[in-house]
Order: sequence, then C-alpha cells, then structure tokens
Amino acid sequence: MPEIIRFTLNGAPVSLDTEASRTLLWVLRTDLALTGTKYGCGAGICGSCTVVVDGRAVRACQADLAFVNGKEVTTIEGLARNGELHPLQRAFHEHGGFQCGYCTPGAIMNAYALLRETPRPTRAQILEGMERNLCRCGAHQRIVRAIEEASHA
Amino acid sequence: MPDTSRVGRRDFVKALGGGILVVVNLPMARALSPAEEMQRRQRGYPDDINAYVHIAEDGSVTLYSGKIEMGQGVMTSLAQEAAEELGVSLSGMRVVMGDTDSCPWDMGTFGSLTTRMFGPAVRKAAARARLVLTDLAADRLGVARESLTVEDGVVYVSGDRTRRVTYGELAMGEQILHEVDEEAVLRTVEEFTVMGQSPRRFDGIDKITGRAVYAGDIRRPGMLYARLLRPPAHGATLTQVDTAAAAAMPGITVVNEGGLVAVLAEDPERAARALSLVESEFSVVEAEADTESIFDHIVRVAPEPDTGEQEGDLEQGRRNSIRTFEATYYNGYVAHAPIEPHTAVAEIADGRATVWSSTQAPFSQQETIARAIGFAPDAVRVITPYVGGGFGGKVPGQQAVEAARLAQITGRPVQVAWTRAEEFFYDTFRPAAVIHVTSGIDLEGRIVLWDYHVYGAGSRGSDVFYDVPNRRVRVSGEWGRAPEGMHPFAVGAWRAPAANSNRFAAEQQIDMMAATADMDPLQFRLRNTKDPRMIAVLEAVGEAAGWDPAVAPRRRGRGRGIACGIDAETYVALVAEVTADAMTGVVRVERVVCAQDMGLVVNPDGARMQMEGCIAMGLGYVLSEEIRFEGGRILDSNFDTYGLPRFSWMPEIETVLVQNDDLPPKGGGEPAIINMGAVVANAVFDATGTRVFRLPMTPENVRAAARD
Repeated sequence: MPEIIRFTLNGAPVSLDTEASRTLLWVLRTDLALTGTKYGCGAGICGSCTVVVDGRAVRACQADLAFVNGKEVTTIEGLARNGELHPLQRAFHEHGGFQCGYCTPGAIMNAYALLRETPRPTRAQILEGMERNLCRCGAHQRIVRAIEEASHA
Repeated sequence: MPDTSRVGRRDFVKALGGGILVVVNLPMARALSPAEEMQRRQRGYPDDINAYVHIAEDGSVTLYSGKIEMGQGVMTSLAQEAAEELGVSLSGMRVVMGDTDSCPWDMGTFGSLTTRMFGPAVRKAAARARLVLTDLAADRLGVARESLTVEDGVVYVSGDRTRRVTYGELAMGEQILHEVDEEAVLRTVEEFTVMGQSPRRFDGIDKITGRAVYAGDIRRPGMLYARLLRPPAHGATLTQVDTAAAAAMPGITVVNEGGLVAVLAEDPERAARALSLVESEFSVVEAEADTESIFDHIVRVAPEPDTGEQEGDLEQGRRNSIRTFEATYYNGYVAHAPIEPHTAVAEIADGRATVWSSTQAPFSQQETIARAIGFAPDAVRVITPYVGGGFGGKVPGQQAVEAARLAQITGRPVQVAWTRAEEFFYDTFRPAAVIHVTSGIDLEGRIVLWDYHVYGAGSRGSDVFYDVPNRRVRVSGEWGRAPEGMHPFAVGAWRAPAANSNRFAAEQQIDMMAATADMDPLQFRLRNTKDPRMIAVLEAVGEAAGWDPAVAPRRRGRGRGIACGIDAETYVALVAEVTADAMTGVVRVERVVCAQDMGLVVNPDGARMQMEGCIAMGLGYVLSEEIRFEGGRILDSNFDTYGLPRFSWMPEIETVLVQNDDLPPKGGGEPAIINMGAVVANAVFDATGTRVFRLPMTPENVRAAARD
C-alpha cells in the first residue's frame, strides 16, 4: 500500500510516495540514486550498507522506510559539507584506510556514528565499535589509525 | 598483423580527439599467454600492443591499461611509472583501465603480474613518448634534442628557460600515432622523482566520498534487475519449474530459456519477491564427500603425480638422515568472499553489447560473452569500473554472461548482482589439499632428504629453496585443471593459489626438524640456504622482530614462529607472536612482522598496504575460514557462519622492505600471505608444544591437535 514517506536525507527533505515496507538500502540505491551505500551481505552482518539515522549507525539492508519516516538520514554522500571533506574522510585518505573501497562508505559512516557517541575513543573502543564492519582487503590497521586521527581533529 | 588493426589504431587516435598517442610492444607478455589466449587476440584488435600513452592538446596525459583496479593500488603505481618516464607531474595523469574498446589487450589482473610485467611496458611507452615530444620540441625550438631538458611537462632549452614549449602545445593540432618496438632509455633510481614515492592514491577521493562507481552502481534507462533460479547443490538438475505465480505479479518479466530461469523487475526487491514465488524441483546427486571426508576422497581419486622437481637419491637421503620426519597436512576449501559480490550490467543496442562487469579479466570475458550471445568479440565491449575485491575470484565471469543473455532475451538493459548466498555458492574456492612430507636431517642439522607430495592444491609454492641434496616434489592435481571428480564444485585461483597450502606444510616441516635438532628455527633456516635474497629477508625479519635465538617449544602460552618463502619472484619472511591455549584451543595472533625483497619498489606505501592486507586476510584462512559442504551442497551462505577476520583479531603488523633497487620490480599482491599458516602454526607450537596439522586453527581443531 503506497503512502507518503518523509524524512531528511543528507540535510534536505525527501518525500516518497511508495510502500513503507521497502528496504532503505534499495530505495537509496534506486529511487534516490545514492549508490555510495553498498550491498554486501543483505543480512546486517558486514556493515557495507551502514548509514546514520538520527545519529546512530544503522544497517540500511535491515531498515525499512517506515523506520526512517520522520527521521534524519545521513549517507556517505552527505558527509562532506560545502565541498569540505569530513575529518574522517580526510584521515581515511591520508592513512590509506581502504583498498578496494567497497566497504569504505559503510566503515566511514560507522566510524562517524562512533565518534558522535564517543568523541575521544580509546583504541579498544574503536576496535569494539568497528567489530561488525567487515573489510576483506585487510585495511583494518590503517582504518583504526584514521579514526584515531580524526578523533583528535 | 592484419591491416585492420592498424586502421583500428588510427581510428582510435582520431577518436581521442587528436594529440599524440604512443603505443608499445611487450613481447614478454606473449610468452606468458597460453596458446588459447593468443588465438583470441587474432581479431582485428591491436594484438601486439600492451600499453598506450596519450598526450592531449591540453597537455593532460592518459595511460590506457587493460589491467583493472580492485584495491591493489595499481591505478596509482602505474601512473607513477608513466609520469616518471614522461617527465610530467602526477597531477596531470589520468588512467583508463579495463575497457576493451580503448585499452590494449591484457590477459587479466592476477598473479601479482601488473607491476612486474605490465609496468615495464608502461615505462617504455612513456619513455618513448618523452623522446617523441622532445624531438617535436627540438624542431619547434630549432635546437638539437640533446640540448633540451624536460620538467613537469615543459621542454626547455637547457640553460635558457625562456625558450620553452609545453607538451600540450606540442600535441596541439597533431594526430600522431607512434609505435614503439625499440628499447628506450629508462630513468635510473637516482633520477626518480615520482617512482619510489608514496603519493595519495588516485582512487582515494572517489572511494572516501562514495562517488567510486562499481558495476552495481551503473544505471541504464529502462534497466531491469534480475534474480535467477539457483539449484540447491552443485550437480543438481532442474526437473520441474512453475513461474506462473511470479509472472502474475505486476511489473515482473519472466525468462525461462536455455536453462536460464529468471525474474526481472525495475525494483530489485520486487524481483526477489517474484523469485520466492517460483516453484521448482531439482534432482540432487548423492554426496560423495563432505567437509571431513574430502581429504581421503582427494587422495583416493588423485591422478598420477607430476614430478616437479627431483634431485639426488631419496634412498641415499634416508641413509644419511639421523632422524626422519613424516607428516601430513590438511586444509579445506576457502572462499574469496570479496565484499562486492559478482555483478554485471549488460545493454545491447544496434548490434553491440556493452557490459559493465566486476571482473579481473575483461578481455577473456569479452570472448565468453560474445560466444554466449552469438556476437563477434569486437561487437562486445566490456567496461570494468572499480572492482570491490577480487583475490582471484573474479576471473571467471558467469554473472556477466547471465546479464548479457538476459539483456538479449528481454531487449532491456539488465543488472545481475549476486546475493551473498549466490556468491558463496558459485565462488571458485581455493581447493582443499592434502600434503604428505617425509624429510630428514643429518648430524649437523642439515636437511638431507625432502620427499614432498601435494594433492589437490597444485605446485605453486612447492619448490625447494633450501639446499637439499636429495629431494623430490610431486603434484597430484593442479587447481587450474582439477581432475574431474576431485572437487565437488568449482575451484580456482585464490590469492597465491596453491602456495598457501604448500607453505603451510613445508615451513612447519622445517620447523619440526629445527626443534628436533635443538636448533633455533631462524638459525636452522639460515644454515640450510645459501640464497642471498632469502638470507637477507630472514635476517631482516629477525632484526625487526627482535628475535633472540631459542629452541622451540618453550610452552609459555606465548610463542613466536618464523616462516619464509618465494612468490611472484618476491622473497618474504614473517615472524608471528601469538598467545595460545591448548586446553581452550584459542589462538590469538598478537604481532606479525614481515620482511620482503620485491626488487625495486614503485610505491612503498602501496607495497606495505598489500603486505598488511595479505597478513590480515591470511588470518582468516589460518584461524576461521573453511567452507562446509555435503557433496555439492554448500552449507555456508553468509558471513554469520563463514567468519572473516575482524578488527579485534588484528595483530600489530610491521612491514620491512628489504632494499634491492638493482632488481626490477617483482610481485607484491600475494607473497606476504603464503606463509601465514605456517608462521602462526609454528608460533602455536612454541607457545603450547602442539603441532596443528590442519587449517583452519579453530579452537576445535587446536584442541583436537593437542589431544593427539
């Protein structure tokens, strides 16, 4: 049953006339043409579809539109403001915190939510916070350093 | 070479909008191509050219490479090589990769070959382009070539900077095609300003902003998302299918043609729902082997071995041994598990097919797709966007063939993006392997006997680089041509194929002999090799790790191990420190130090990233990863049961690049992963006194080993 879904996406209002049961990941990637959020496992395990909803990291493959109705959604495309990269993005770039780049948007968004909650995390807190994000290329050590640096920016 | 290809190249330079195009031959690549690949190239497309460098009228330089970027960083390092030889700054470089229409033929991105095989072609093309441009400048400025200096894309009269012309000005109004057969003088290490540096990666900004485009991000007008009916097991056949309920859904296109059963929709979720309405029955063949029985099965069905290496007399070796050692090593199947599953978008219009594919081998996919849809190869264009990890798993291109066939049948652009379950099902796994080793040492702790037999994995990494007078290496079944019936599903190249299995066995066997000889394992290795490159990496890793000589096992719950090997012409040695508990079976890798001699290093930070990636990825096959199966039925379908390495598992990783600038660049994508099994197993032995002969070292397997 189509209905009007309204939420804020990367700072701008969005209104969709569609089914509330549709999955956020696919609506972002199709209707809204934001392909930075990636499908990796479809089961909320790998974290490559991580977006931030009302300040918290959410697996977009596990969230439906009803869940984001009235909320504020930030995706990787909304992290840079006025052409300025977010400190996390700069730190990932500087430290080489990626290789193939496919898990990177989800990793950055998860780290973004982590730093919102814990602005100066210890290394143990970073490891714990990133534990559910998978990276197959093995950029872990550099990702941790990038998050540490961004937390001191 | 047929004339058509020359015309094709002239058309190509016209299509580029003028400027100067320099193309170079690389005869070495021909030697590497199998005959089949050679035949594929006889089709009008430039068949003898390996690298293009184009200088546009605005002075920008584009490198065209049939290689692809899947995270290994070659987009950046190849640009460095071109910029260095051409005399331009890196910021003026563009790189186009993996597009069969504009890039020179390439056999595929695998085997850690890009830097050692393709890099030289790029340097030659760029060096020659610099000469072409300098000659043009000499004409323009009315001086001899020798009196000119190139800096940052500007040609000066040496000593008079006011007399100058830029590359862009030289390319202006030109349409020059220059073919290179001759040798060009390359810049030396002392002259390098771009090579040997570690600039920020070319793909960095795209990847941290979400702008990087992967195959699944391609959108075409009218594109349909397809979901395909899959069998429950390999070897199963479809006996009955009913698509009526799916077809009744609005907005669903059903295809049932030539063994392809698919549902397609403009919304991927709708396609998934429609697939769940397809009723099907399959007949499944009875399982011949499972996760546990596979090892006996492999040995039972193994073909007569190929003898790779034989020296001396094994009987003499036995007689000279004061002690012989016999052991059997095992590893199961592992998945490539790139985070991006296989994906392709295909569009067919005006008799031409365009396929965007996540692939390591765009040119072989072009052939495969063309055959599948009955097109001539040059009517198929494969474009490779960024690839979200490959590791050898994205050489076959089943998903691209599926997308192309469905595009042909439906007349619409089609995306096929495998689900994680499809990815686990159709992956070409690293083969399970059984390795049997008999070895012996003499009174002085020298290895005098080495009788080695590997089943299932293949030969890579089985060469004996220790000084063993009496030795034999036998190989039953290569991963690339697995004997029918040996493996219940497809196997393929998995990052340093076969070498991970072989080094796991060989370097534990070495360690076992060292322990019995009451020798420090590093000293034992040094005693048994005269290879200066091996000695250098062993000494370097020992120094970096702070290695104090000691005989293993020390049984302190903490331990350290060492292992070494050669892969892609690169020498590598690792030290690992672990904590391990034989009672619980829990192993934690605390620190890994890796020293590598890979010849001249084009991009040191990029090389280190590959070493770190090998170590991190390697932890998976060492500690947790194993595909569980019953016959052709794959029991792992997602990351909940198939555990990849996680952040909390990461050891401190330290990398050492052993300088060897006189040697041309060697491979970097794979060497550091090959010893991960043995280096951790050797450390576990030091910590607990338990030898683990089977990968992965799960708590269950370690406890079982401790009981034996």
